[in-house]
Amino acid sequence: MARMESAHVPLPACVPTSASAVATTTATPRHSTLVRVTHWITTLCFFALLISGFEIVISHPRFYWGETGNVLTQPLFQLPIPSSRNLVQTGYGYVLPDQNGWSRYLHFQAAWVAVFTGLLYVIAMAFSGHLRKDLLPHKADLSWRSCSTTIANHLRFARPSEEEAWSYNLLQRLSYLFVIFVLFPLVIWSGLAMSLAFVSAFPLTVTLLGGEQSARTIHFFVSLFLLLFVLVHVVMIFLAGFRNRMRAMITGRAITTQTITGESAAYKEERI
Amino acid sequence: MTDLSRRKLIIGGLAATAGVAGLGVATRIAQKYGLVPPDHGGLYGVGETLTYASQRLLIRHSLAREFSRSQISKRPFPNEMPPLTDAFKRLQAAGFTDWRVTVDGMVDHRSSFSLAQLKSYPYRSQITQLACEEGWSYIAEWIGVPLSHVLDVVGVQPQARYVVYFSIDPDWWESIDMADAMHPQTFLAYGMNGSDLPVGNGGPLRLRLPRQLGYKSVKFITHLTVTDNLKKFGAGLGSAAPEGGYAWYAGI
Repeated sequence: MARMESAHVPLPACVPTSASAVATTTATPRHSTLVRVTHWITTLCFFALLISGFEIVISHPRFYWGETGNVLTQPLFQLPIPSSRNLVQTGYGYVLPDQNGWSRYLHFQAAWVAVFTGLLYVIAMAFSGHLRKDLLPHKADLSWRSCSTTIANHLRFARPSEEEAWSYNLLQRLSYLFVIFVLFPLVIWSGLAMSLAFVSAFPLTVTLLGGEQSARTIHFFVSLFLLLFVLVHVVMIFLAGFRNRMRAMITGRAITTQTITGESAAYKEERI
Repeated sequence: MTDLSRRKLIIGGLAATAGVAGLGVATRIAQKYGLVPPDHGGLYGVGETLTYASQRLLIRHSLAREFSRSQISKRPFPNEMPPLTDAFKRLQAAGFTDWRVTVDGMVDHRSSFSLAQLKSYPYRSQITQLACEEGWSYIAEWIGVPLSHVLDVVGVQPQARYVVYFSIDPDWWESIDMADAMHPQTFLAYGMNGSDLPVGNGGPLRLRLPRQLGYKSVKFITHLTVTDNLKKFGAGLGSAAPEGGYAWYAGI
């Protein structure tokens, strides 16, 4: 399978098969230092928040809607997992060790780092042109024809074209914007809505979400969406060429192969 | 290339120096204004300090959310309890008439209060939420005397900074800063939903602290100490919670 080879072949993997084609490889700037640094700090924070968040959830894997909820009230749903407390009837014959102490410490510390990193990124992106250049969709990409082509290519797991590999396509742009401006704010908001002290000063934070337990449930689902994004993101990196994408996000430069001729022929051949 | 990296190195060095110096100044200021929690040492100290300091500055004396009578949970959930000692059972058998709370430390008059004495003070009630760090919660009406009233009776000395409070269960003790101790919703609660506070919910006497998580609302209160230094208590981390791996400040 050509796709399996893509991990070893620099992007775009248009390896010429005809003798007439000539390929030249160059390392070209791809991601700015700020994007790379904030990307990896956020990655670290995400996994710290994910692990500690999961540890906190297993102490009470039941979810509710409204202001209150406990084992005496009807849950919205209960996760079919064992718990770290004997309070919750899980159907499992054992209780996992309590990890809430360090999990809560780590969760909030990672949240602080993530928030500061996110702020730095958003402020910098507004000034550097990163937002306009790389994230906001181009007018041309929003046409129906262009949209459907992008979506169709995506669904067919088609390799990015030469120019696409240089920039983000419409779906990438929209998903990054959604993560940065919808999921991240929402996960911070729903997290703060669970803070008894915070909502004492800013009660709307929690009432707008429908109550403290609703905030907890929303926090859980937004976290799941973020996890889904990360999983798809990683899968796409593998599909697009793991080594070159990692190289670009670590060193800032991507290796590009320019083929003079025979490009489309090679491209087609590979897709078969 | 070398020029560029040298410039980068100088800028980076200056930024790092400024950062460290700034952090040092910030720590000094934070300590002066009581914005550093007692469990600030160790791996998570930065996060804890940021949380405590920012919430202190942002939230100040705001009141915990109060709910309507119709929102009171049908069955206030009695969480698992520490094993009750014989001493507790004897007091319980006598209807808690001999239950006493001693108040000492940096106070003008060391005192000991019976439940009857506490009940003779003007009482207050609040319909607030008790939320556990595990994730569950319930709403109840709590009835009791504001801690600030008791502290006024004994006379708190000006250098006092914290109130340490102890359960009859020797493994459960906590402390709060004076902002929380003098907060109008911080109660010595002896009643719930119109009757005596059930033992399962911390009766006969529970310190109610609605702006922090349930583990700071210590059950079966027998002793309060006013102090300016938490180092003297236990392992010096402020309360039993950090000794068990939990944060001292539980506003989040």
